[in-house]
Amino acid sequence: MGYEPQKDFGTPASRSEKTITLTIDGEKINVPEGTSVMRAAAEMDTHIPKLCATDNIKSFGSCRLCLVEIDDVRGTPASCTTPVANGMAVHTQTPKLQKLRKGVMELYISDHPLDCLTCSANNDCELQDEAAAVGLRDVRYGYEGENHLGLETDSSNPYFDFDPSKCIACSRCVRACDEVQGTYALTIEGRGFGSMVSAGTPIDDFMSSECVSCGACVQACPTATLQEKSVKEIGLPDKSVITTCAYCGVGCTFRAEMRGEQLVRMVPWKDGKANRGHSCVKGRFAWGYANHKERILNPMIRESIDQPWREVSWEEAFSHAASEIQRIQEKYGTRSVGGITSSRCTNEETFLVQKLIRAGFHNNNVDTCARVCHSPTGYGLKTTFGTSAGTQDFDSVEQSDVMLVIGANPTDAHPVFASRMKKRLREGAKLIVIDPRRIDLVRMPHVEAAHHLPLQPGTNVAVLTSLAHVIVTEGLVDEAFIRERCDWDEYQDWARFVSDESHSPEHLEAITKVPAEELRRAARLYATGGKSAIYYGLGVTEHSQGSSTVMAIANLAMATGNIGRPGVGVNPLRGQNNVQGACDMGSFPHELSGYRHVSDRATRKLFEDDWGVTLDPEPGLRIPNMLDAAVDGEFKALYVQGEDILQSDPNTKHVAAGLEAMECVIVHDLFLNETANYAHIFLPGSTFLEKDGTFTNAERRIQLVRKVMEPMNGLQDWEVTQELARAMGLDWNYAHPSQIMDEVARLTPTFAGVSFDRLGELGSIQWPANDATPDGTPVMHETGFVRGKGKFVVTDYVPTDEKTGPRFPLLLTTGRILSQYNVGAQTRRTENSRWHEEDILEMHPSDAENRGLKTGDWTNLASRSGETTLRLLVTDRVAPGVVYTTFHHPATQANVVTTEFSDWATNCPEYKVTAVQISPSNGPSDWQEDYEAHSERARRIEIPESAE
Amino acid sequence: MNSRDNLIYMANQIARNFATLDDAAAANAIAAHIVKYWDPRMRVKIIDSLEQNESKLLPVSRNAVAVLRDTHQSDAP
Repeated sequence: MGYEPQKDFGTPASRSEKTITLTIDGEKINVPEGTSVMRAAAEMDTHIPKLCATDNIKSFGSCRLCLVEIDDVRGTPASCTTPVANGMAVHTQTPKLQKLRKGVMELYISDHPLDCLTCSANNDCELQDEAAAVGLRDVRYGYEGENHLGLETDSSNPYFDFDPSKCIACSRCVRACDEVQGTYALTIEGRGFGSMVSAGTPIDDFMSSECVSCGACVQACPTATLQEKSVKEIGLPDKSVITTCAYCGVGCTFRAEMRGEQLVRMVPWKDGKANRGHSCVKGRFAWGYANHKERILNPMIRESIDQPWREVSWEEAFSHAASEIQRIQEKYGTRSVGGITSSRCTNEETFLVQKLIRAGFHNNNVDTCARVCHSPTGYGLKTTFGTSAGTQDFDSVEQSDVMLVIGANPTDAHPVFASRMKKRLREGAKLIVIDPRRIDLVRMPHVEAAHHLPLQPGTNVAVLTSLAHVIVTEGLVDEAFIRERCDWDEYQDWARFVSDESHSPEHLEAITKVPAEELRRAARLYATGGKSAIYYGLGVTEHSQGSSTVMAIANLAMATGNIGRPGVGVNPLRGQNNVQGACDMGSFPHELSGYRHVSDRATRKLFEDDWGVTLDPEPGLRIPNMLDAAVDGEFKALYVQGEDILQSDPNTKHVAAGLEAMECVIVHDLFLNETANYAHIFLPGSTFLEKDGTFTNAERRIQLVRKVMEPMNGLQDWEVTQELARAMGLDWNYAHPSQIMDEVARLTPTFAGVSFDRLGELGSIQWPANDATPDGTPVMHETGFVRGKGKFVVTDYVPTDEKTGPRFPLLLTTGRILSQYNVGAQTRRTENSRWHEEDILEMHPSDAENRGLKTGDWTNLASRSGETTLRLLVTDRVAPGVVYTTFHHPATQANVVTTEFSDWATNCPEYKVTAVQISPSNGPSDWQEDYEAHSERARRIEIPESAE
Repeated sequence: MNSRDNLIYMANQIARNFATLDDAAAANAIAAHIVKYWDPRMRVKIIDSLEQNESKLLPVSRNAVAVLRDTHQSDAP
């Protein structure tokens, strides 16, 4: 389609179900009560000039351009702040209005540079458009008077400029920062003529301010005052394509605005049901990695990892990979090979990889990066509710009265959804935070948690059982809900268990470090505060009792009846863009798509008939099991699509040993990642901009990913897997990913109603989608649990075996930061690194003082697994005895110190609890030096003789 | 820890999370979990540990692996 900005209705839509009838310029229209006159006019494509109004923030009524005349109403009210009324007769174009608007516009233009032809917003400027709309032809006041034209541009932000000389002080940027993003970084300094948009304090520029670069202000700006640098460099887009972000599990949809095949900017799509027109610094701006100079575009092979890479043709790469897999299987057995699917790739690509393993490798040795993040969610929610997924849509938060956030840091890891949470909290909802760290949500502008329970890492189950103890013993359960919806006998067993005095907050306080009375108050609020919703992240799952914690959360929700309607529920905040989808597609070694066990004969037959092969009825190896088996000499080849297990998985030395023991490691990725240092075949990957497919976000929402440019490497990732399969003798002939989704739908009951055509028609679909729910299912378990009766599971607290002691007296917990994403492969190759150039260790002042350390010092971080060095930040965000860092940078390799302890049910690593010691350091650890040398050697690419 | 010790650790860890069940129920639950999630080679190794009278296996884990062994044998062709 050609380029057109998305229509702006001027003010937000009203959700009233009551209809108002009015006439605008003589034409009758029906709109919901509460709609503004401006929006009603826009609904019938009647444009009322405006400057300070835009439809994702509340009306403001300051620009005085949108005036209208209304029969029997005095004066000329602003249409943006005037709600419709029955029988109202509005006139949008009269000589009086024309004169008034022209006069207002004349004043604006008298203090605005007349550089339209050279302005970066030329033809995309609302001021320009409205000046034309009101018929402004000259400015009677001249341009010589006092003005703002000489003000300097603030170019400090890497992604956009702020040119105050073009500012009309409409406050749209300030209000967007407040209302949409909720950061309150911007303000209007001064009064009257001196009014100026300011980021932070007068001494701040955008970069040094609290601005989080979400882009909401840039999107809101009606002039070129806040403008993307990319637009200045490339020019305005000439077309746009709707696609889905490839960063976190929120799944924002964007308009990829293009000029030819060049991406100019990503603009959040207002009709996106996950993001509702908002974005974060990653999705909005951090796409530069797509054409980064380090991208590998040609396939490469080598005989051993001490050799340099040699570029080869695709044909040679596929043929070599297939022959290696076949050779290894002949020598070591069918189950000696496997693969890993990616939570960053599309559903279709993921489905093909697991199909290749099951139908081509003839075993179930397929796993996915969800193993190391949300596999306990799959186990826990399937056990208790019957479905391995969250229960709500994101819109549900708008009806929540209480939010319980445990083990999640939404403002950093899921920022767009965090903005919606903050909005609801500003409206009066109450917040409980359970986290060892004082995350931003605990206290930030206009948001303050009612209760923060700063628990000792590793005691989630104890804290949740204490909450249950209070709810049960104080009679706060929803017995009617439990009797109707859950297994009553199991509930009684559970209630007896949690009621035991040994589970009281007072008894467990010594273990959890959570003040008992505070915990009791939090429990009462969750149980009695109205609609209560639980949001959780990897601080729940990445523990030795990750699955138990998920089940304990489910128990709480069932006990209080907080399941099965908007505003409540159990909501895992998924880390990567397609974690949910990768799991749905059958990436786990024990399950086919739709979470059906491989031992189920009927399910297997369905696939066997469709695929024409016999499937292995036994579960395969999980990632940690693959690595163990490799060290034992029983697992010899691995195909890894879009995951960097060396950097992301725990106990890096063990991962390296496992990879080094294999005879064929095939890495399929954009870059020579850390895992590729141990690879023998490299298959270049394509970015989300270069492929068609679908992602499924944290709310089970399936959304289209649309190709906006040709893959620089020549093939989309699904095509690479298909060619590898064909080289192995499989007769695959998919012509488009839509055909793969058709196969998924054919074989997977929860996806039966999903197709690319339906997705195009509806915009998105939340599974399950089938004959019963053809448009999808926003809220699950509304009338009954998928498994029948909800299952209460007794979750006994079992302390982790990772103990502190004299050698390692501190507990390390890890997490993410806003500007970086996962192992940083994408974001480190963008300007986002300006905000986070290295991993930093956070330590409480008392622990730092005891060690003679101060902010900025290099420190040695050591555990029984290994050691690394990184710089220190002294902060009381962490409790005494706890330290925290991120894992975004390979130079740090935080996972050198994490251990092989894992969740009892799923083997999800226990990233969040590692006993460590911190000491002063003068330089990199031996491991870091050795690894850097190895990495440099392993990344050599042989230059063909003809090129020399 | 080597892979055999690791499997014993994993079995014991599962056992500790079923500690609120009575012994027979726990053994069955642990065995069912292992059948559902462990690769056959891992199951053979843990059964082998039982055969070798591995002392690191908790009593309830031993019972579970015995259930597993008996099931394994009855399933054998």
